[in-house]
Amino acid sequence: MEGVFIQTLVSGLLIGFLYALIAVGLTMIFGMMDIVNFAHGDYLMVAMYFSFWFFALFGMDPLYSLPAVTLILFGLGILTYYLLIKPIINAPMLSQIFVTFGVLIFLRGLATFLWKVDYRMIPQTVLSGNIQLGDVYIGIPQLTAAAGAIICNGLVLWFLKKTRLGMALEAVAEDKEAARLMGINSDRMFALAWGIGIATVGVAGALLTSFYYVFPEVGANFGLIAFVVVALGGFGSVPGAFAAGIIVGLVEVLSGFLIGPQFKFMFVLILYLAVVFIRPQGLLGKK
Amino acid sequence: MKKDLLIIDNITKRFGGLLANQNISFSIDEGEIIGLIGPNGAGKSTLFNCISCYYNSNSGKILFNGTDISRKTPEAICQMGIGRTFQLVRIFKEMTVLENIMIGAFLKHAKQGDATAKAEETANLFGFTEKLSLEAGSLTISDQKRLEVARAFATEPKILLLDEMMAGLNIQEVRETTDLILKLRGMGLTLVLVEHVMEGIMPIANRVIVLDYGLKIAEGTPEEVVNNEKVIEAYFGKKYHAKRRGNTAPLQ
Amino acid sequence: MKKGLIALIIFLGALVAFPLIFQDPFPRHTLIMIMLYAAMGIGWNIIGGYTGQVSFGNAAFFGVGAYATAIMLVNFGITPWLGMLVGCVFSVALAIIVGYPCFRLQGHYFAIATIAVGEIMLLVFTNWEYAGAAVGIYMPILPESFMNFEFHTSKLPYYYIILVIFVAAIGVCWFFERSRLGYYCRAIKEDPDGARSLGINIQRYKMIAFSISAIITSICGTFYAQYVLYIHPTSTMDLMMSIQLCIICLIGGLGKLYGPVIGAFVFIPLTELTRVYLGSEGQGVDLMIYSMLIIILAIWRPQGLWAIFTKGTAK
Repeated sequence: MEGVFIQTLVSGLLIGFLYALIAVGLTMIFGMMDIVNFAHGDYLMVAMYFSFWFFALFGMDPLYSLPAVTLILFGLGILTYYLLIKPIINAPMLSQIFVTFGVLIFLRGLATFLWKVDYRMIPQTVLSGNIQLGDVYIGIPQLTAAAGAIICNGLVLWFLKKTRLGMALEAVAEDKEAARLMGINSDRMFALAWGIGIATVGVAGALLTSFYYVFPEVGANFGLIAFVVVALGGFGSVPGAFAAGIIVGLVEVLSGFLIGPQFKFMFVLILYLAVVFIRPQGLLGKK
Repeated sequence: MKKDLLIIDNITKRFGGLLANQNISFSIDEGEIIGLIGPNGAGKSTLFNCISCYYNSNSGKILFNGTDISRKTPEAICQMGIGRTFQLVRIFKEMTVLENIMIGAFLKHAKQGDATAKAEETANLFGFTEKLSLEAGSLTISDQKRLEVARAFATEPKILLLDEMMAGLNIQEVRETTDLILKLRGMGLTLVLVEHVMEGIMPIANRVIVLDYGLKIAEGTPEEVVNNEKVIEAYFGKKYHAKRRGNTAPLQ
Repeated sequence: MKKGLIALIIFLGALVAFPLIFQDPFPRHTLIMIMLYAAMGIGWNIIGGYTGQVSFGNAAFFGVGAYATAIMLVNFGITPWLGMLVGCVFSVALAIIVGYPCFRLQGHYFAIATIAVGEIMLLVFTNWEYAGAAVGIYMPILPESFMNFEFHTSKLPYYYIILVIFVAAIGVCWFFERSRLGYYCRAIKEDPDGARSLGINIQRYKMIAFSISAIITSICGTFYAQYVLYIHPTSTMDLMMSIQLCIICLIGGLGKLYGPVIGAFVFIPLTELTRVYLGSEGQGVDLMIYSMLIIILAIWRPQGLWAIFTKGTAK
């Protein structure tokens, strides 16, 4: 019993890191532009399909195709910005919600049309296998995903806080006009934010494909989880998303363990309502 | 006329480490026109937002008719009889002029017919008779500002707080605005004007309160304030300096 | 004004006469669905279109209405009309539970919360044995009567019941538009801070609008349960249904009395057509069409354009 419990905690922790990675792009874009990307989870789905098809068509392992998938998603993020987000950047929130929600429906529709509602999975990857620590088994794909998530989140944080470009991004987020006077092109910065924000989901998707099914609706739950993570961590807070990701991962596995696996997702959603109710600014967010 | 209709008692407001208002006190009698002035960043808008309860002050009291209102919500303040306008106009742009005023009038007149009547009456007073069915967003800036006052007026307040009514207006429009303010006072209203433009406010204010770096540095009649050393240094110095450079526009 | 009234009377007259002229079940069924979605669209419009709070969870109220009716009828033999009332009570309670924490915050908190609540309801009802779990509930076949809300020989009574609900929804919205509540909701949508400065308790009015929306949608849920006589979680609470309500309002016009009516008359036949012509090969195409409609309308709708225009001239 105790072994099972520890096993549960470990798997919650590992998936939590990945949740943090999925959420980081969402929180970054929100923090910069005050726009909530409702389609965030569906970009994850797109990344997973790319990973899958790289494997199915060229026999490339998801781990090796990760850079390519990340790059494609980066491009997709920039394309999304110029095509759809730029026209509504100053529009009422209503329009913003509808546009990104429209993207969500479009991507799901497209995936359903192209690949039907089938569940697909890569049977054997270079990462397949387990590590045994005492009574606890840790899946290598999950471990790699968690490690990848930590590295990637660290990189994003380093980029934002330590590089010139990252600081320019934060400057635009802080004050668009002032940044413009300093010679920063806010348009390009926003596009970059979208590129990076969606690219991080690309990394997450590539890592996830090693141990998770791919199907058109796969983004739905992950997208909602990302919202919970962002709300818990505080809209716009990258470190907050990291901490919140782990909490959400643990809440999910623990409620699954204690109450029943069919309810674990429900408790994650209840967590969102609780956060909004008790601490709307999130863990690390400013009020 | 009631004395001390509104009392600002030792108000302090902090934003993180920044002291935007520090121990500010003054009081306002019924029927007065009070000017609240000071250079940019002096804390005028912060104080204004504390009085209208858009911010909650960190310490101190605000007494309106003897009741402490410093912890109330903006809507409760309005219901009690304090109306306000905004520095950047916040009219309902997609609604008509009449509808904008009606939303104010609904506070005291729950029925549509009554609210419409009240709104039309208010519109006449503010010179909108011909523009009732225009979309508010299509008005000129000066009309939009006046509409905002009309809208607040329709809630039938005792005090009106007007935030930078005259910023961005030309001389003719400033004159019209001062006339309007005098007219409102004539109807029994008490007015607090936050302003940058000194010319507009000096001839009509009973008293002027000057803020600088979050502190109240002077209070008195316009003449007294104009001759106050501290005020000249903090405020007029910069302004005259600017004027000498040939820049006659008010400092922003 | 006069013209509008005459047009409305002609329109309603046509709706009353329609099933007498078209005796086939299919056109009647289509029109029933149009009126059902138009009524729900009006419900959505009150919170989404007029008040500006996007709800992606209105299907939850539909489900609550349907399930309250079904559970009470199946387990206790209580007339669906009472079930309708109970459904409304539960729906309003749900609206308040969701609205209370979220309406203090910016709009997207609410939008996300409505998705979350929709999903929670779906999960609860999918796993709730008492409510039939994933299989759902079959209504008992009762003798035809108004009290039993069941009609088997002809669907005509259903047609007129939904017509009454539809007209009532229009009536509610008509009064809403002209009431202080309606004006306040529009003010809240345009500028919440400005609204507060005029003494409007924005939290309270959002809550009232959301409750009205919940009631209308819940009543539609009861109707649906009695019309189809079989409900299950995905047929009554799916996110897609909530999205369809948004689309209906977006097409017809947000915050316009007849917006959802026009929207439903365009959208429902369109869905039927795509279903017939594309079949299973075209799965997903309908979603793509809707989503493009949403995006195009959201980017180019007059308010959006207007905002861009005023931003351009104010500077």
